[in-house]
Amino acid sequence: MTQAALARPGPAAALTVIAAGRRRYAMLVILGLIALCLALIFLGVGVGAVSIPPGRVAGILLARLTGGDAALDGREALVVLNIRLPRVLLGLLVGAGLAVSGALMQGLFRNPLADPGLVGVSAGAGLAAAATIVLGDRLLGGAAARLPFAVLPFGAFCGGLISTLLLYLIATRRGRTSVATMLLAGVALGALAGALTGLLAFISDDRQLRDLTFWSLGSLGGASWTKLAAVAPIILPLLFALPLLARGLNGLMLGEAEAFHLGVPVQRIKALAIVLVALAVGASVAAAGVIGFVGIVVPHLIRLALGPDHRLLLPLSALGGATLLVAADIVARLVVSPAELPLGIVTAAMGAPFFLWLLLRRAHVVEI
Amino acid sequence: MSSRSDEAARPLVSGRDLGFVAGGRHLVSRASLDLRAGETTILIGPNGAGKSTLLRLLTGEAKPTAGVVTLEGAALASIPPWRLACQRAVMAQQARLAFPFSVLEVARLGVDGVGRALPRARREALIGGCLLAAGVLDLAARPYQTLSGGEQQRVQFARALCQLEAGRSLATRQALFLDEPIANLDLSHQLALLDMARMIAARGAAVLIVLHDINLALTYADRLVVMDAGEIVAQGAPAATLDDALLRRVFDVDLGLGRPPPQNLPFLLPQQHRQAAATP
Repeated sequence: MTQAALARPGPAAALTVIAAGRRRYAMLVILGLIALCLALIFLGVGVGAVSIPPGRVAGILLARLTGGDAALDGREALVVLNIRLPRVLLGLLVGAGLAVSGALMQGLFRNPLADPGLVGVSAGAGLAAAATIVLGDRLLGGAAARLPFAVLPFGAFCGGLISTLLLYLIATRRGRTSVATMLLAGVALGALAGALTGLLAFISDDRQLRDLTFWSLGSLGGASWTKLAAVAPIILPLLFALPLLARGLNGLMLGEAEAFHLGVPVQRIKALAIVLVALAVGASVAAAGVIGFVGIVVPHLIRLALGPDHRLLLPLSALGGATLLVAADIVARLVVSPAELPLGIVTAAMGAPFFLWLLLRRAHVVEI
Repeated sequence: MSSRSDEAARPLVSGRDLGFVAGGRHLVSRASLDLRAGETTILIGPNGAGKSTLLRLLTGEAKPTAGVVTLEGAALASIPPWRLACQRAVMAQQARLAFPFSVLEVARLGVDGVGRALPRARREALIGGCLLAAGVLDLAARPYQTLSGGEQQRVQFARALCQLEAGRSLATRQALFLDEPIANLDLSHQLALLDMARMIAARGAAVLIVLHDINLALTYADRLVVMDAGEIVAQGAPAATLDDALLRRVFDVDLGLGRPPPQNLPFLLPQQHRQAAATP
């Protein structure tokens, strides 16, 4: 097909060559990322306090899928199926959700610095989670203790939604969103949420304080099938909605007026993206605590490799975020084995230097 | 036969008694304007006269606080964005890009929404043709943000052309809106862009251009519209619309139309180009 286009002279020929070269490169990156992700899934299920070789992991998973019982007995199968597998799957979901949320917010605000963690959305969800932990017992009585997986994600979701909406309302005047206002307001909202979370820590008892520390640093340690079942229905819709959002976000890159001229239903795209981000961030914070920098590092890496087209950027951010979080969790489990480092420490330790490098390298491109 | 001529006479875009108030200021008031298929309408006026605001009202980007805009007889506000995008393309004054798209990707934005039903080969050919028409085909692989202001403007023009071309399969009567499209262009590109705009009008589209260059406006307009302080003060055929008195009143200059400069000062008239283009 490329040959035919080349043989026929015309403006389309040159473009076809450019497009074909890009597609081949994109294909390579996608396949590489998928391979890396699969390898890390096996590694993530295998490593830890009890080390299980990849062959044995594959055997157990295969036996579970085909219904063969023989391989499922014993401690290794128990560790793989009930502890490690839900943990890795939760890591995939949370990582994908956070990275996609970052990419969506950057597209929505037309700014490469936007990120749920940076602009206070995660802090809002964290505050709501903290309020649920500390005040839940007093306000809801026994209900909070009996239904932790229903109340906590719901609370965190509401927190994420409220802070996203506040941010958007503050930064938008007459249908135009001011990016500088958005970043400043995000910092202020994040600080306020942080202060209130601190206040809650101050009035909490020892058990609540331990729970709070867990939320603020992030961890996949508490993963279980129950938790996974609570989080998946909230994050998966975001991933399935990506094709609906990609073209609209591409149009938004030119500005809201230009996107409207191109036929993009701007307000509907904005509303959908905001609700989905609040959902995904709320669920992520509820399941694994506040995990920073995934939302900013992953979309930037994908943009550097493949360009800013959201039709590639959004799905690959999901894949990249899932891969990164599983990798970070493996690091968190290995460096201080048999103990575990909180996940937020690992992602921040990897993400902050990267972010600084990005600022130094691209200072002339980032306009606020 | 008579129904066909009715259709040709009926304006494509029509604004009646339009008003727009923002921050307590009347940016546009009592403006009535028809855009007809096959006609190039050029809107001139001093800074702050309300030219861009009127254009924004006619494209549907801003809702008038008084009056109503219709497209093919239907109220603009009642037409969904995707349908509107098939019938009219807009090139706004300055478009900054948030992320480093290439020229090809920017032009493709014009086709992605409107032309998604077209086969891929047809879309690629269409984009290539529009890039060529706007004189930016050789920039196709360059990042948009590294281009000069004039080059960026030509890429935006190519994008608007792409949208119009892609929409032609869905809407036969179309409108093209250009807001100061030649502000950053050199003379040869100014003339090339305006030639292209007239060619699109000749193919049956209604074209509205906001211009600052009165010389070029007089040269290229089928219909000239003069705005001052938010109101349309004159409109009609260029020769019959603009005179020395209006020039003095609206633009505050003491110059006369068609008067050569004194003392053999060199001067350049773009009218020569139009004459050459009209008689090949």
